[in-house]
Amino acid sequence: MASRPLPWLNPALVVGGLSPLVMMAVQGPRGDLGPNAVEAALNQTGLFALVLLVASLACTPLRLVFKWTWPARIRRTLGLLAFTYAASHFLVYAVLDQGLKLGGILEDIGKRPFITVGFTALVLLVPLAVTSTNAWVRRLGFPRWQRLHRLAYVAAVLGVVHFVWRVKKDVTEPLIYAAVLGLLFAIRAAEAVRKRRARDAVAARSAASP
Amino acid sequence: MSDKPPAEPPSSEITPESRYLRRRELLKNAGLFAGTAAAVAGGLYLLGRKQTRFMDAYVPDAGLVNAPVAKGQGPYDTDEPRTPYEDVTTYNNFYEFGLDKNDPARNAHTLRPRPWTVTIDGEVHKPQTVDIDQLASWSPLEERVYRMRCVEAWSMVIPWLGFPLGELLKRVEPTGNARYVAFNTLHDPEQMPGQRRGTLDWPYVEGLRLDEAMHPLTLMATGLYGRQLPNQNGAPLRLVVPWKYGFKGIKSIVRISLTRDEPPTTWNLAAPDEYGFYANVNPAVDHPRWSQASERRIGEGFERRPTLPFNGYAEQVAHLYTGMDLRKNF
Repeated sequence: MASRPLPWLNPALVVGGLSPLVMMAVQGPRGDLGPNAVEAALNQTGLFALVLLVASLACTPLRLVFKWTWPARIRRTLGLLAFTYAASHFLVYAVLDQGLKLGGILEDIGKRPFITVGFTALVLLVPLAVTSTNAWVRRLGFPRWQRLHRLAYVAAVLGVVHFVWRVKKDVTEPLIYAAVLGLLFAIRAAEAVRKRRARDAVAARSAASP
Repeated sequence: MSDKPPAEPPSSEITPESRYLRRRELLKNAGLFAGTAAAVAGGLYLLGRKQTRFMDAYVPDAGLVNAPVAKGQGPYDTDEPRTPYEDVTTYNNFYEFGLDKNDPARNAHTLRPRPWTVTIDGEVHKPQTVDIDQLASWSPLEERVYRMRCVEAWSMVIPWLGFPLGELLKRVEPTGNARYVAFNTLHDPEQMPGQRRGTLDWPYVEGLRLDEAMHPLTLMATGLYGRQLPNQNGAPLRLVVPWKYGFKGIKSIVRISLTRDEPPTTWNLAAPDEYGFYANVNPAVDHPRWSQASERRIGEGFERRPTLPFNGYAEQVAHLYTGMDLRKNF
């Protein structure tokens, strides 16, 4: 019996993807994250959340452009890793940075657009993480499930905006992620246009035939 | 050595072909698993490297200052625990050497703090260009243990070595028209590679009102922790105004000009809604993106401490701002 193709891929992604988080948990208390470990952990978890989210959104465009099918196998894992880092990012902020002082956290979320946007992105990712199982795909039906999971794009855009506002002066790095996201959008848009044209052509042909 | 041919293994020990092939596949998969996991971890490690480069941070061993120094515990010194030398010299904002906190310690070796001259001009009776060592010999060096509060809501306690700016200004005799003091950092992309990027308008400029500049708390620093000022901390001469946010403390100064009008300041030019000319530490006036009500003291762990008005120097300096709306003049 042939084993499932690429059985190592998802476990490898989980182990490799989570190892920086484990490293941080070890390095932080040892002082290896520098004089301001909270800031370092915030920057790193936030960056990884965004990178992994963008990577998960690259799976379909990679299939469309290069006809690769393997990215589709890791899309869910990438998304869940992104959520793990986004949640860790928020926990570092709420617990270590703000000391779980609810007043300060709520004031930040309510008053400062930079934090409002980041928090919204996290909230949008929660239903996506919850409905990431096959059972939920079945329960919702694929079209509805797919529509719901397009929220990942909204979350990624908000993540980039959060990053741009976070940076004090040099926005080169967040703009790189904005450019990649733009490219991914463009590929999907082109595909949607192509599909519609094909559908219209089929409809026109069947209408023309007697 | 035996002549006997090796015994054939009994057939019961021969691995069935299917299992033999399966074993090879398992090994191959294990290899692919390990390789991919390492590649993913390594890729993320490279992306996040900025945050972990502190591990191999370069802690400078700037030479001890030989001049006699009036030791701390003067009227303005805080007795709060001092931030470790290692942190003071590896966690810096000095965009001329890179944007990340550990970049200056890594890159500032290209700066040559000697020979160095400082030009003092503008509304003064005795304009001049002075060698840094001569300028530093005008007044006896003092140790001042000051709190430093960064606009990014972290703080340190640093034992500076220096002399009051007021002493320097008295010596060059400001004219009656002098109302402000303007400062320039060195502009030399060879020595300051960060200036090749247009992150900020170079050179970095800062300014004070004359009465702020003459205040006895305002220090021109040439050292810290009993040592020469490391390059990343603004060698050979920097400004320290302990009741203002750290970005007012312009580094590697080459020019001090007395002016009639308020001089431009770099961060105010870059983002006027976020960084004002005065930049007094004020827990009641938030930065647009974060609260200024509390701060994290570097080296003190996670607990934030409340930020004090004028960084705890209100008693000494609040009177400079009577009648001013510090929400507008932030």
